[in-house]
This record gives sequence, structure tokens and C-alpha cells, in this order.
Amino acid sequence: MKKDIGNWGNYPVIESDESAFTFTGEFQNYIKQTGAFIPRGNGRCYGDASLAINTISTLKYNRIISFDTENGILECEAGLTLDKILRVIVPKGWFLPVTPGTKFITVGGAVASDVHGKNHHIDGAFSAHVLEMDVINAQGEIITCSPEINNDLFWATCGGMGLTGMISRIKFDLKKVETSYIKQKQVKARNLDEIIRLFDEYKHYTYSVAWIDCLKKGSQFGRSILILGEHAKTEDLSNHKQNVPLKLPKEKKINFPFNLPSFVLNKWTIRIFNFFYYHKNFKKEINNVVSYEPFFYPLDAILHWNRGYGKKGFIQYQFVLPLESKQGLVEILNRISNKGLGSFLAVLKVFGKQDNLISFPMEGFTLAMDFPVRKGLFEFLDELDQIVLQYGGRLYMSKDARMKPEVLQSGYPHLPEFKRILEKYNPENKFRSLQSERLDLLVK
Amino acid sequence: MSQTVLILGAASDIGIAIAEKFAANAFDIQLAARKSDRLSSLQSDLKIKYNINCTIHEFDATDFSSHLTFWNILPVKPAITISVIGYMNDNEKVIKSQEETLKTINSNYTGLVSILNIIGEDYAKQQSGVIAGISSVAGLRGRQSNYIYGSAKAGFIAYLSGLRNRLFHHKVHVLTVLPGFVYTKMTEDLNLPKLLTAQPVDVADTVYKGILKKKNKIYVKWFWRWIMMIITNIPEFIFKRKKL
Repeated sequence: MKKDIGNWGNYPVIESDESAFTFTGEFQNYIKQTGAFIPRGNGRCYGDASLAINTISTLKYNRIISFDTENGILECEAGLTLDKILRVIVPKGWFLPVTPGTKFITVGGAVASDVHGKNHHIDGAFSAHVLEMDVINAQGEIITCSPEINNDLFWATCGGMGLTGMISRIKFDLKKVETSYIKQKQVKARNLDEIIRLFDEYKHYTYSVAWIDCLKKGSQFGRSILILGEHAKTEDLSNHKQNVPLKLPKEKKINFPFNLPSFVLNKWTIRIFNFFYYHKNFKKEINNVVSYEPFFYPLDAILHWNRGYGKKGFIQYQFVLPLESKQGLVEILNRISNKGLGSFLAVLKVFGKQDNLISFPMEGFTLAMDFPVRKGLFEFLDELDQIVLQYGGRLYMSKDARMKPEVLQSGYPHLPEFKRILEKYNPENKFRSLQSERLDLLVK
Repeated sequence: MSQTVLILGAASDIGIAIAEKFAANAFDIQLAARKSDRLSSLQSDLKIKYNINCTIHEFDATDFSSHLTFWNILPVKPAITISVIGYMNDNEKVIKSQEETLKTINSNYTGLVSILNIIGEDYAKQQSGVIAGISSVAGLRGRQSNYIYGSAKAGFIAYLSGLRNRLFHHKVHVLTVLPGFVYTKMTEDLNLPKLLTAQPVDVADTVYKGILKKKNKIYVKWFWRWIMMIITNIPEFIFKRKKL
């Protein structure tokens, strides 16, 4: 049925003929009957990656095929969302090997975006934990791939934005946990130098991420709160929690009921928010034990929080710069604070080593910020792109809705090889998104 | 020992939702449908998530001669049988094709009568059991836009009512479920009014509650009872002039 769809950033929104399927055979029939299309999960990428004239939703293709509770291996269909997985695996003492900041994404999306989490410096991205998967190509054939078999397809599919084919089945390993709680530490940093130093000092922590105030100038430039965590052991829990150490958090949710007018978010309201956010932590350091939910998914508690950015939508801008390019980070943060274009949630993280074919993460600093769509924003982001490239960085395709194809080419050195693999598996551009058209990823 | 639920038409969106609802409440599940091998991932999913028994059975409502064997070879006789089977095509196409007309009638009526007769007699003999049939509000009054489907559903409503009457005396509970619009594969191409349309899980919740509370006839979403009361009370001389 035709309807207007957009992803999490609500930009762009297009009319799409959206189908759905429940069984593999239905998807294979769809391929035969449809022109170019792109599979679509829960629509939590921010830009235009899972948008096209024809889309097919994987959300009803969401079953668990096997769960090895002994060795921690889960096998499932692509449309299963992480929140549903957690409810099955946590009570059995397992956790996701890697999770992004929302649990409302599908496993297919996790592979296609090769998502990363707060533990990237220790555990790598999602692809590092995929043991095997099936991809259905344009002819409807099911191809099994892994780092050992059909590995060209495997590496082009991890982070490949759904362009190699439909990811149908994924088998991946899990992380053993004793409890469903996180031992959390928060450390305040007065400025950018201090937060970078703290990241290094605490790099042995499994989970680390920082909230950063990108509007502050002067001596407090880059003030932040570093958030660290480890899976809590049973002895870390209070007596009363020890009774049910693997307790699932309650599913309570608040809904953001409507779009806020876009003028509500401006540099003054953001300054006030940042002030309170920074000063809510009185002490330099806070240590506590929290459920995994508020630690990993603070924003999931408010459904549709993206409506806070208004009807015009927003862009999430996320880049990574090599470790030695701290100066680039300073330049970009300077540009943003000078422009007064603050973001409520600017998130800084240090990635560990990774050099995949087309995945986003590489060793260095990654910064993610939200900007409401408004006049002049795209020109400004084009300027930031140039700084990112100049310092040897790149942008994250899952967040992107506007970069130019040259920016992708300069940032991803293995792009020509990725395109060669697309020629092999998707020669007629059957799998095709608004993003693949915009970024010049079509096979000629 | 946990009770077993047989779901006829388990590959449909509503069938899957009902299977999930009962599995979540610790019932064992028998999934019956055409091309039943496609149900293997649903089977593993329910077993893993809810730690229950789940089996798959080939069943075709329009293959009448297979029905007795289907029932006789079921390894466990279910305490609850739920029929979710339904088939709807574009009415214009249906009228012009005898094959489609018969398929519509057989899938929505004849085939269900055939299998539920067998199950009903067994339940009567053992003096226990529950049968739930998913019909549709479309069966409450024939409209030009889908009266082949609607008349078959009407037949099924009358059948369930008679079956309830007969089996009541044998301690067997029969439930008629009347959904209005539901977002499913069957209605994928229709532009349904959002406020009036239920999700498959709403149907599953209603069926579950209806069985628990031993209801006779229930609507999915309360307002459908009132909408249908109005529709069924429009005098025929006005109704026939409308394009419904």
C-alpha cells in the first residue's frame, strides 16, 4: 500500500509502496513481481538508507530459529528487534554482544549498518559477532555467507546498507552475564582535554561513552560527562536484587504525542538543558548500579522522541576522526559553538581498531549530534564534511541523509571493491534505495 | 499437564498472533496450515520463547477428504480448537470466476463445517472441549462490495450458532468471533480507516478472553457491535440503493 514514510530523523519523507512478508517464499515471490526496492526494518536509521519507491518490511519476518543457551549462540530471522531478543536471552544469562543506543532496531538492520555500541573499543562492531548469515539475492536464491564462506558477500553485507541483497537469517554470538544490571560510573570532565584523557585512563572499562556540551566556549570548551559501565556481578547487587539477578526491566513507556514546533529548540533552550544536564551530577564522580535499560537505552523510555525536533525533521551528524586528529575535533566543535547550532545530545566515544570493507567504525574519536533541519544547515554540514575529510575521517551512512558522493568516496578507501562486489551480487540494482542513488552506489 | 490448542490457519497473521498469545500463557500449540513446512521457524520461536510444546500439521480446508485423517492422526487431541481460516479476493474477480467463488465459499464455510463437524462430535463424546471460530462482521449483512465472502462468513456464523446450541448440552463451549477491519495480509491492499482497524494481536487478546470467560459471541473492538447494529437495521429499500 502506498504511504508516506520517513526514518527516525523524519527527513526525508517520501511516498513508498510498502509491502510485507511473513515467510521466505513470499519474499521470493515479491522479488519476481517487483522492480527495484529496498528491504526495511524498524526505520531507525536516521536518513534515507531504507527509503525507496518500493519497500518491503521485514518486521513480520521475526522468529527465533535456535538459541544455544549453553554456548550463547542465537539464530533468527532478520526482522526480529533487539528488544524482543533481550526479553528472551537476559533471563537465561546472556546479553547482546553489541548494542546501539536504541533496542528498537532489527537484527537485519544491525548487520546492514554494522552497528557499534559503547563497547566498540573492546568488542568491535556487530559484524565481529556474526557467525553466519543468509542473503537472498536478486534471483531469489538464498546464499549462506560467513567470514569463511562467500566472504566477499559477507563483508559487503556488513555495513552494506542492504545493497547486496536481503539479509534473511543471522546467527551470532552472545555475551555471558551474571546479572541484568550494570555497575555504572560517571565522571565529570571540565573540558575537551580532560575528557580525552579520561577516555584513555578508563579504556579498560567495557562500556564507555561521553555526553558533551558543544555550545560551551572558553576554558569549559568541551565539558562532558563520561559514562562507564561493566556488567554487574551478583555480589555487586543489593540483597533484594540478588533474589532475581537476571530480572527484566518493566516495559513502561512514555509517548511523545506530537511534533514540537521547530522554534522550541534553539541555542538558548539547549544551553539551559546542557547547564542542568552537566550540573545534575554534583560530585565529580558517581558510582551506582542500574538496570541495563537506562544505561543502554535512556531515550527508548520516550517513544517518538524524534518528534521533539518538529515536523521538518532533523539530521544526525556522526563522523569519526583518527586518534591523532584531535585538532579536527576541536575545529568542528568550534564551528558548531560559533554557529550556535547546539545539539541536545552530543555523544563522544573512542572507537577501537576496525578496518572492514564498508563499515563505519575505525580507530579514533566519533561524535554524533542532532541538528533540526533548517535553512543553511546543509551548507554548514558541507563545511564540516570538508574538515572531517581533511583530517582523514568519514561519516556514518546510517545517520546520513545529505552527504555528497565525493564525501563517501574520500572517506571509505575500500569503496571501489565494495562496488565490484555489488556488481557481482546486485548487477541490475534490484536492491536500490534513495541513499544508494544519492551516493552514486548504483552499478552501471 | 498443560492444555493443547489447535490453530487451523496458523500461517495467517491472526493465526500467528493467537499462537503467540496462547503460548505466552503456557498452552501447548498445534499449528495447522497449508504448506506447513514454512511454519518451522514459528515453531522453534514459540518453543524457545515460551518453553512449550509446539507441533506442525498439514491442513487444507478445501481438501475435504483429508479432514478425517487429519483429525485421527493428531498425536494429542487438543482441548481447544480455533479456526482462523479465511480467504478474501476482490469481489469483482470472484463473481466472474466460478473457481474463485467456490474457493471463497469452501475456505470460509464448507471446509470449516467439514472439519468442525468431526471435531465437534469428538468433543461431544468426551463431554469437553472448546471451539472458537473467527468469522467476520461482513457476515452480518451482504454488501455489493464483498457479498460472496460475506455470505460464506454469514453461513459460518449460523453454523457456529447451531453448533453452540447442540454442543452446549455436551459441556462443549463454542465461541463466535466477529472482527471488523484488521491489518493483515488479506487487507494489505485496502485503505482501511485507522481508528476502526484492529491489529492481529487485538484479535488474539479478544479470542483469549472470550475463551476464558466462556463468551458466546464477541466483537473485536467494542464499537463494531454498534456499527453493525446500525448497518443491520437500515431498511432494505434504503440499503439496496446505497453503494456499500
